[in-house]
Amino acid sequence: MSRLTAALTQAGAAHRPALVAYLCAGDPHPDTTPDAIVALADAGADVIELGVPFSDPSADGPVLQRASERALARGTTLRRALDMVQAARIRTAVPIVLFGYYNPLHARGAARVAAEAREAGVDGLLTVDLPPEESATLRDPVVAAGLDWVPLVAPTSTDARIARAAEVATSFVYCISVAGVTGAGGADLARAAVRAQAVRERTGRPVALGFGIKTRDDVARVAPFVDAVVVGSAIVQAMHEGGIAAGAALVRSLRG
Amino acid sequence: MESTTPGRFGPFGGRFVAETLVPALDALERAYTEACADAEHEAERQRLLSYWVGRATPIFHAVRLSRAVGCDVWLKREDLCHTGAHKVNNTVGQVLLARRMGKPRVIAETGAGQHGVATASACALLGLRCDVYMGAEDVRRQAPNVQRMTLLGARVIPVESGSRTLKDAMNEALRDWVTNVEDTYYCVGSVAGPHPYPTIVRGFQRIIGDEARAQFLEANGVLPDAVAACVGGGSNAMGLFAAFLDDPGVELVGVEAAGHGLGSGQHAATLTAGRVGVLHGMRTYVLQDDDGQVVEAHSISAGLDYPAVGPEHAWLRDSGRARYVAIDDDDALEGFQLLARTEGILAALETSHVLAWLRTRGEEAPGSRVLVSLSGRGDKDLVTIGDALAAKAGGR
Ligand SMILES: Cc1ncc(COP(=O)(O)O)c(C=O)c1O
Repeated sequence: MSRLTAALTQAGAAHRPALVAYLCAGDPHPDTTPDAIVALADAGADVIELGVPFSDPSADGPVLQRASERALARGTTLRRALDMVQAARIRTAVPIVLFGYYNPLHARGAARVAAEAREAGVDGLLTVDLPPEESATLRDPVVAAGLDWVPLVAPTSTDARIARAAEVATSFVYCISVAGVTGAGGADLARAAVRAQAVRERTGRPVALGFGIKTRDDVARVAPFVDAVVVGSAIVQAMHEGGIAAGAALVRSLRG
Repeated sequence: MESTTPGRFGPFGGRFVAETLVPALDALERAYTEACADAEHEAERQRLLSYWVGRATPIFHAVRLSRAVGCDVWLKREDLCHTGAHKVNNTVGQVLLARRMGKPRVIAETGAGQHGVATASACALLGLRCDVYMGAEDVRRQAPNVQRMTLLGARVIPVESGSRTLKDAMNEALRDWVTNVEDTYYCVGSVAGPHPYPTIVRGFQRIIGDEARAQFLEANGVLPDAVAACVGGGSNAMGLFAAFLDDPGVELVGVEAAGHGLGSGQHAATLTAGRVGVLHGMRTYVLQDDDGQVVEAHSISAGLDYPAVGPEHAWLRDSGRARYVAIDDDDALEGFQLLARTEGILAALETSHVLAWLRTRGEEAPGSRVLVSLSGRGDKDLVTIGDALAAKAGGR
């Protein structure tokens, strides 16, 4: 069992969903991203999702767009994000999933990304704009390198597409709570959680639910139905306003 | 049935989008296929193209221009289309499709504002709501078109992110679509974006080439030696090229924007100077740095100011069927003036890039017959052109 799947299983054994905490590599600052990873893990994050900034984040809302812009302005690249993982890896065993858009990965080359990600201590990849039918070029070398591949399922996904996502998944399936961009408000989390549970039942894969989960109450509402919850924009905003300590405090409160 | 790797042009194209949008793209592909096979729907589209857009547009033998540039130039007059550019051929088709799919709201991205105006006009005609995303920089330099869209009842939403031009408008339109996909139709303005858009937009624009090929044959008894068009996303070029792909004797030439010059780093010559990447749902040539970050394009013409290009052009380039050249801002301005003074036509700045290339053509192949897509008229550019000419006269 991969370290990523183990983290979900462990949380499940404690009758709670695993907490997946998102941060953008290089934000608030490239020098402190390893500290941020360690701090969020120490505060109770079971999995870290590390965003690789991109110039054209067309699936992100304003909070993560701005984070990406700040990180790029401070010189963050895919290679530097991998260095940040490597630096954090010495200090923590928390599973780390790289989260981003395809072009920076494409530019570096699939085989090289797989090798370097493994070398740096990355556990898995999630690429927003690579639906299953386009993902083989990157997924195959990544999985061959022993890393997990995390696909997305949306509220609009048909049964056939959900099955397809489950086929390419090696660990959990990431269910998006609402048709929209990251940070979207107004998700009907109760309904989304039930839908995610149906995905888990149909596919036999663990499921994570993300988009629009911001508070301890949100987590509590969906907890009975899912294996993991993803919190992104809220953590990024907290760290933007109050530094790493504020991010860690939010993670502690999300864990309850 | 869901397709596997659909919409490929060689290794280019595809569907690199968030999962949320894939089912919507599948539905769009089905609706397009059904609409094309529906005689009544097609008759309605043809009726609007004839009586509302004003097709067929003529080809015009530009005799004085030919003498000036040294080759025999024929102009396909898309500038005479209702709303002033070829863009409307596509929006009539797509907005009809939106209505057929029962979508009450249409969104679009626009650069020069021509696609925005064409979408707003078609939406007014067919009674659909219309929101247009436009980079804040373009809102400034294409003010007349912003006013047109507003008068047509559309809402223009300025986009402040990134380079505040066309690519950022497209990002914002994608964000809107992913959020409102149930009731919203995304009307893409060029042969770009995820499958099936490049195929759909080519389908609606190929009327340019189909008409022009027949008109040229009728006038000359032979096919042209070359056909040429400017390339932003590539829709007027693809519409023209589509009719000549199977005529091996006809050279296909796309003209990109070299901005301040290829060496300056400030240009929009994606096929000339870009590298293969993935942007806006398609695998194609992209202007990007070594780390895969997309760089800002530059062109004096807002409609060419885009750091990617339609995937079929990427394939036509790599397969050698078409070739692509780049013309800088200054030469485009001269091309504009040349047509104005020889033929009494004010062309769009986008189109002016092809006109400037004709001098090169005249030197390379004197006397050859060239059919040019005159993709739009220049009214929207008068302020930009006035400023640029004043700056030049001031010795800048
Ligand atoms: C007159 C005109 N020509 C050309 C273009 C470029 O678009 P495309 O390359 O899709 O034809 C535009 C875009 O706004 C335009 O307004």
